[in-house]
Amino acid sequence: MAISDVREYMHLTEEQVEELGRELDAIREEVEASRGAADAAYINRLIKIQRGLAVAGRLTLMLGTQSRRTRVPAVLAGTSMLALHKILENMEIGHNVMHGQWDWMNDPEIHSSNWEWDTAQPAEQWKHSHNYVHHQFTNVLGYDNDIGYGILRMAREQRWNVFNLGQPVYNALLAGLFQWGVALHDLDLEKIRKGEKDPKEMKRQLRQIWRKGRNQALKDYVVYPALSGPQWRTTLKANAAANFTRNIWAYVIIFCGHFPDGAMHFTEEEIEDETRAEWYLRQILGAANFEGGPLLHILSGNLGFQIEHHLFPDLPSNRYADISVRVKELCAKYDIPYTIGPLHQQYGQALRTIIKLSVPNGWTSDDKPPQPPAKPDSPEAPPIDKGRKSDAERPPRRSELGAWSRGKQAS
Amino acid sequence: MAGAGTKVRSAARVVPWERVRRAGSKLTTPLHPDDYLRLVNPLWSQRELRGRIEEVIPETDDAATLVIRPGWGWRFDHRPGQYVGIGIPVDGTFQWRSYSISSAPRRSGRTITITVRAMPEGLLSTHLVKGLEPGTIVRLAAPEGDFVLPEPPPAKMLFLVGGSGVTPVMAMLRTMERRGQLRGADGQGGGVDVVMHYSSPTPERMIFADELQRLAEEHDGLALHRLHTDTDGMLDLGHDEGGIDSFCPDWRERETYACGPGPMLDAITEFFASHDLEDRLHLERFTLQLGGEGGEGGTITFRNSGKSIDADGATTVLEAGESAGVGMPYGCRMGICHTCTLTLVEGKVRDLRNGDEFDQRNEQVQTCVTAAVGDCTFDI
Repeated sequence: MAISDVREYMHLTEEQVEELGRELDAIREEVEASRGAADAAYINRLIKIQRGLAVAGRLTLMLGTQSRRTRVPAVLAGTSMLALHKILENMEIGHNVMHGQWDWMNDPEIHSSNWEWDTAQPAEQWKHSHNYVHHQFTNVLGYDNDIGYGILRMAREQRWNVFNLGQPVYNALLAGLFQWGVALHDLDLEKIRKGEKDPKEMKRQLRQIWRKGRNQALKDYVVYPALSGPQWRTTLKANAAANFTRNIWAYVIIFCGHFPDGAMHFTEEEIEDETRAEWYLRQILGAANFEGGPLLHILSGNLGFQIEHHLFPDLPSNRYADISVRVKELCAKYDIPYTIGPLHQQYGQALRTIIKLSVPNGWTSDDKPPQPPAKPDSPEAPPIDKGRKSDAERPPRRSELGAWSRGKQAS
Repeated sequence: MAGAGTKVRSAARVVPWERVRRAGSKLTTPLHPDDYLRLVNPLWSQRELRGRIEEVIPETDDAATLVIRPGWGWRFDHRPGQYVGIGIPVDGTFQWRSYSISSAPRRSGRTITITVRAMPEGLLSTHLVKGLEPGTIVRLAAPEGDFVLPEPPPAKMLFLVGGSGVTPVMAMLRTMERRGQLRGADGQGGGVDVVMHYSSPTPERMIFADELQRLAEEHDGLALHRLHTDTDGMLDLGHDEGGIDSFCPDWRERETYACGPGPMLDAITEFFASHDLEDRLHLERFTLQLGGEGGEGGTITFRNSGKSIDADGATTVLEAGESAGVGMPYGCRMGICHTCTLTLVEGKVRDLRNGDEFDQRNEQVQTCVTAAVGDCTFDI
């Protein structure tokens, strides 16, 4: 089976798929050529706002809590600003900078090669597990660890295990402790479980996670509380609340990206001999958008445009809204499903899947949307030799870890 | 957090700066305190060298001197003759060039100056000369270059200068003037005798014409010869009348410093080589000359972006990455500023300037001057 056998685009001829690929390439080139001072101003302004929020939030909690009269408003305002700062930093700034969306500015301070984000996971490990593994092998079972993050069963194709009965609980824990879950993500729990993990690599990874996590925890749970003097307890609780808020928010947004019902999973066989255009198609079919206003999109790192982000992971996020209009047109033109819905619906579907898949497949029904019928006028043609390299002729897929794991250790 | 850094700033001499920064970074991790302070004042950051344009002084119709106030981390210890990398945003992208510092180094200084001529094709130089407002923040790279005034200076020197090549020489002359060394080789030690030959297309395009005139008048140690090439033709060193013997008969005994356009420097090099005096000649070139045999080429893989490209041995890793669509960092594109430095995860690259090879795992290499020798992988 090859990707062209996937029902959703069996109605497309090979030429049509290539044509779609060319049209998407054209969009990319157009956006690349039009990046300019206004885009640079956007990210610089956002960074300014985010760092301003951080300073204001910390100061409010440190000083505002000292007097009885101002304590309650200070805690509310300080926690909100802190949570907002962390959300902006992680979602719209950190995630996108690390994708290289702003590398074109040639600004060494806003560059994917050295950005370190305000969360427990070391940037190097994130760039490996996310930019490389997840974006390359999006929704491919057995390759993309983002399908359930190694602890949740998110696809019917994954074998059920009695361990899955606890899914609703794991899910709640993952949501609340999301930054720590993400921190462990590149360890690849699946591999550890199967005993395939190189213990030396694992030790190095753990050491890097420990350092980053320690600094993050020290800052929020020791240093700032200590600076608040007698009110240390208030600041500690407020910081925990800000982290918790950010965790829940990031978790919800990320679960809306690939787990709503319309997003498809693929098998290793399906991506064999995949062309660039077919890769584009897989990204469209494997991702789900959600609707919302500009503020919601900024707070979610423009991941409501998950489809556009997966098509063009390194184009500036502030352009996704414009790009989405054109991608939607293309999907209509080629009769390809474009999964979109309100945030609560998308998350609701993801949650339903988590709960349903905690029990064996036979106990529940599949929620996949009805698939378009194969067009009667496209006869089942025998497989044709497309003149592409087979997997055996290509260099092997890379599965090693990030640069940090050898030699220098980032602190 | 902004407070911690600023409080101790006035006490910088008492409080060890590095310790303060390290303590401050506990509050700002994973960022540095500078990442917040620079939002208050763009110059308050040591993460990258920066400067603020204080003044743009027109020198000629097409050249201007930029007075730059560098920010934190800048040490006013450049040697006279060195150049500095300057990066300015054009359409949102930082573009880098290198220019000689024309001001004399002063440890107590607050500003440096560079002098820029707008090139007909040079968008950036034109922007620097005509379009830069005082107050603009620019990025800087630390001073570099071997074309410097020796310490102490040789007793007899000859400067052969063309066009905007005058800028490093100006820094040398200003330094010698400040130290009172331009009094001629008076035998008491320390005095320097300088002959300067300065070519410029027209009198109007001669940068620093007035200051040089004054220096020559005030100091016995400086003899100034001007040549306007539009009317009088190019300098021909071997010529019987207008040649080097006419304005500097004792040139064989002098240390010669030449700076100017490429063809002029080529001619000077050839002339000195034919007299077997190359070791007396010191040159400053502003364009990269890639020699070496080149690498053998190979497939370059850019790991984080998952892209790869086949490159031949004459294509730099930077160019290869750019044509593969990788957002490569770059600066001067001539091996100076180290902005383009990336981690070579595995494989081997060759420095096209001198043939040095780098094949250590996870070595930091400059992508703008290296080419692949066989397959290699970069961390970007």
